[in-house]
Amino acid sequence: MDFTLDSDQKLIQDMVREFATNELEPVAEEIDRSGEFPWTNIKKMAELGLMGMIVPEKYGGGGMSFVSLAIAVEEISRVCASTGVIVAVNQTLSAYPILKFGDDAQKQKYLPILAKAEKLGAFGLTEANAGSDPAALETHAKLDGDHYILNGSKRFITNGGEAGIFIVFASTDKEKGHKGISAFIIERDFPGFSVGKHEDLMGLRATANCELLFEDCKVPKENLMGEEGQGFKIALHTIDTSRIDIGAQAVGIAQGAMEASLKYSKERKTFGKPICEYEMIQSKLAEMATRIDAARLLVYRAAAMKDAGIERFSKEAAMAKYMASEACMYSVREAVQIYGGYGYTKDYAVERFFRDAKVMEIYEGTSEIQKIVIARNLLA
Amino acid sequence: MEENRLISALSDEEHERFRRKVIAFVEEHVRPQAKELELKETFPRDIIREMGKHRWMGIPIPEKYGGAGLDNLSYVIAVEEFSRASGSVGITLAAHTSLVVWPIYTHGSEVQKQKYLPTLSSGEHIGSFGLTENNAGSDAGATETMAVYDNGHYIINGNKRFITNGTYADTIIFTASHDRSKRVHGISAFIVEKGTPGFNPVRKEDKMGLRASDTAELLFEDCRIPKENLVGEENDGFKVFMETLDGGRISIGALALGEAQGALDAAIRYVQEHDLKKSQTVQKTIADMTMDVSAARHMIYHAARLKDKKLTVSLEGAVAKCFASEASMRVSSMAMDLMGMEGLTNRYPAEQFFRDAKLNEIGEGTSEIQRIVIARQVLGR
Repeated sequence: MDFTLDSDQKLIQDMVREFATNELEPVAEEIDRSGEFPWTNIKKMAELGLMGMIVPEKYGGGGMSFVSLAIAVEEISRVCASTGVIVAVNQTLSAYPILKFGDDAQKQKYLPILAKAEKLGAFGLTEANAGSDPAALETHAKLDGDHYILNGSKRFITNGGEAGIFIVFASTDKEKGHKGISAFIIERDFPGFSVGKHEDLMGLRATANCELLFEDCKVPKENLMGEEGQGFKIALHTIDTSRIDIGAQAVGIAQGAMEASLKYSKERKTFGKPICEYEMIQSKLAEMATRIDAARLLVYRAAAMKDAGIERFSKEAAMAKYMASEACMYSVREAVQIYGGYGYTKDYAVERFFRDAKVMEIYEGTSEIQKIVIARNLLA
Repeated sequence: MEENRLISALSDEEHERFRRKVIAFVEEHVRPQAKELELKETFPRDIIREMGKHRWMGIPIPEKYGGAGLDNLSYVIAVEEFSRASGSVGITLAAHTSLVVWPIYTHGSEVQKQKYLPTLSSGEHIGSFGLTENNAGSDAGATETMAVYDNGHYIINGNKRFITNGTYADTIIFTASHDRSKRVHGISAFIVEKGTPGFNPVRKEDKMGLRASDTAELLFEDCRIPKENLVGEENDGFKVFMETLDGGRISIGALALGEAQGALDAAIRYVQEHDLKKSQTVQKTIADMTMDVSAARHMIYHAARLKDKKLTVSLEGAVAKCFASEASMRVSSMAMDLMGMEGLTNRYPAEQFFRDAKLNEIGEGTSEIQRIVIARQVLGR
C-alpha cells in the first residue's frame, strides 16, 4: 500500500494550497462577518477548474478523481471552510447525482454549467420535519400533462440562496413511503419556485443557507431523474458520496487550526519559555496531529473506493465523516485553548474555525446518524 | 420555568428561597432581553441597577457595607441562575463581585471599605479587575505595568488586556510592578477610579461569545493615584490577587454551571417539543448532560461551603472550576448535537451557550493552569 500522494495529486495539493493562501485567506474573515456569498472566490476557482473537478472532460469538467477533489476541498477549507463547502456541494451534491443518475439530455444540459460554475448547484432534501429522517419529507409532486407540480419547502439548504440548479426530492406516491420519493432537477426561474428565509448560522456563515419554497412549481417532466420512486436511493447514494468531501472539509479546518497552533505555540512565551516546550501543549499538538492524520486517511480510503468504482462504500464514507468532524472539533477547541484569551477574539482565525467546526459535527448527518449508518453496515 | 434542576443537599432551604427570588428576577428582567442584549452587544447596565436595589451587586458582603449580608453559596447560586439565562450578565456579576468587591472586603483598609463597598454593592458603581496584560496571562507575575512612587502618589504606566467590565467600571483594582526583576514579589495592588487623568479604557474586544459583557483594554499613561489607593501592603499584590483568583474560580465555575444548566433546559424543551424522548440516543445524551451538571453543581457548592467556613479553597476551587468549565463545553456541545441544524440558529439558546462556554476553560486561569494548581496542591510544589 502506498500512503503517499502521487505526483499529479501533489501538484493539485500545491496549486490549491497556494491559491487558497493568496486568494481565499485574505477575505475569509470578512465573508464570515458579513455572511456575504463569495462569488469572487467562486469565479477564481472556476477559472482554475476547481468547481467541476469530478465532472468528465466531455462535459467541461476536469475528469479528475474523488481523491483529487478531497485534496482540493481540504486545502480550500484550511483557510475558508465556507468556500470549501460551496465547492463540495456544487460537485458531489449537484453535479455528481446528475452524472450518475441523469439521462444524456440532463447531463448535456446541466453538467457543463455546473462544471464552470456559470450557475451553482444545491441539494434540496432536508425539511423542517425531515432532517435526520429524510424519508419523512412532505414536499410532493403530481404529474399534470407535461409537467410535475411541486408543493412544499426545504430548509437549511447550503448554496440555496445563490444556486441556479437544484436537485430536489419530493414524494410522487405517499402510499409507498420512501419508495414513493422522486428526484427532480429544478432551475431557479421555474414558475412557483422561490428562495425563502436566509438562515443566520453560528458557523459556515457565507454559504447562503436558505429555505426553498415550492408553490405549484411547474417542473418539466424531462427533469425527473431516473424513474419515479428512485429518489430515495439517489438521495442516499449522493449523500454517501458527499460525506467524503465533508470529511475532507473537516480535515481542512482541523489542519488549519493545528498549523495555527504550532506557529503560535512557538512564538508565545510564558515563564520565560515558548509554550510549545510545555508537555501539556505538546500533548495537545500530538493528539491533534494523530487524529487529523487518521481522519485524512479515512477520507482518502473512501475517496479511493469511489474512484475504484466500488458500489458499497457507505460505511467507509460515514466513518470518514464521523472521524473527521470529531477530529476537527477536538483540534479547534484545543487551538482556541492554546491561543488563550486571544483565541476567544475575532482578531484570530481560530475563533472562526471553532464556530465552523461545530457545524461539521451536525450537518450532512450528525455523528449519531453516522454511527447508525456504520452499525447498519456492520450488522447487515 | 420548569424546575428540572437536580437538587443538591449542600444548599439549605434558605438558599433555595433565595434562589427562587433570583429566578423570579431573572424571568422578569433578564430572560426576555437576553438575546437582544447579545445581538446588540448592550452592556446590561439597567439590569445591574435593578439588581443593585436588592444589594445583589454585593451579595456576600455584610449589610454594614451595603451588601446583602448573605454567604458565598448564595452568591454562587445567584451567578448560576443569572448565567442560566445570560452568560454575559453572569460574568458581569461574577467579575464585579469576586474580583473587586471581595478583595476590597478582605484586603482593603477600613477607609477603602467604607468608601467603595456601598456604591459597588448597590450597583451604582461597577468594578473591574486589571490583572492580565498582553504578555502576562497565565504568567501573571510577568506584569509590565509599572508603579513609581513619587511624593504621596504612585505614577502608573502600562496597559491591561481582556478586562471584564473595563469600559464601564468606576472602581478598578489592578496590579503594577515596582521592580520587574522581583517578578511576583515586586507587585502591588491598587485602586484607580474612573475619570482619573491618565487612565482610560481604550478598546473593546470583539469576542466569540458573551458579547453583551464588556471586555476592554485599559491604558495607564502617567496616571497619578494617591498612596491611599494601595490595597494591602507594597509588594503584597501577588498575595492579594492569588487569593482573589482562588475565590474567583468558584464564581467562574458557577457561571459555567449556569450555562450548562441553561443548555440542558433548552435541550429538554427541544426533546419535548419534538417528541424525541423514546430515542435511545437522545436518552443517552440527556443522561450524560444531567450527570455533568450534577457533578459540576456539587463541586461548586462544596467549594463555596468551604469558603463560607473560612477554609482555603485553593484546591477545591481549582477542581471545581476546571471540571465545571469543561462540563459546560461538553453539555452545550451535546445540546447542539441534539438539536441538529436548528441548534445552529439563534432561535434556540444552544449556540449562545456553546460560544459563551468556551471562555470558561480560558478565563481566570486556563484549564491547564488549573491542573498545575491542583497537582501542586496535591503533590506539593
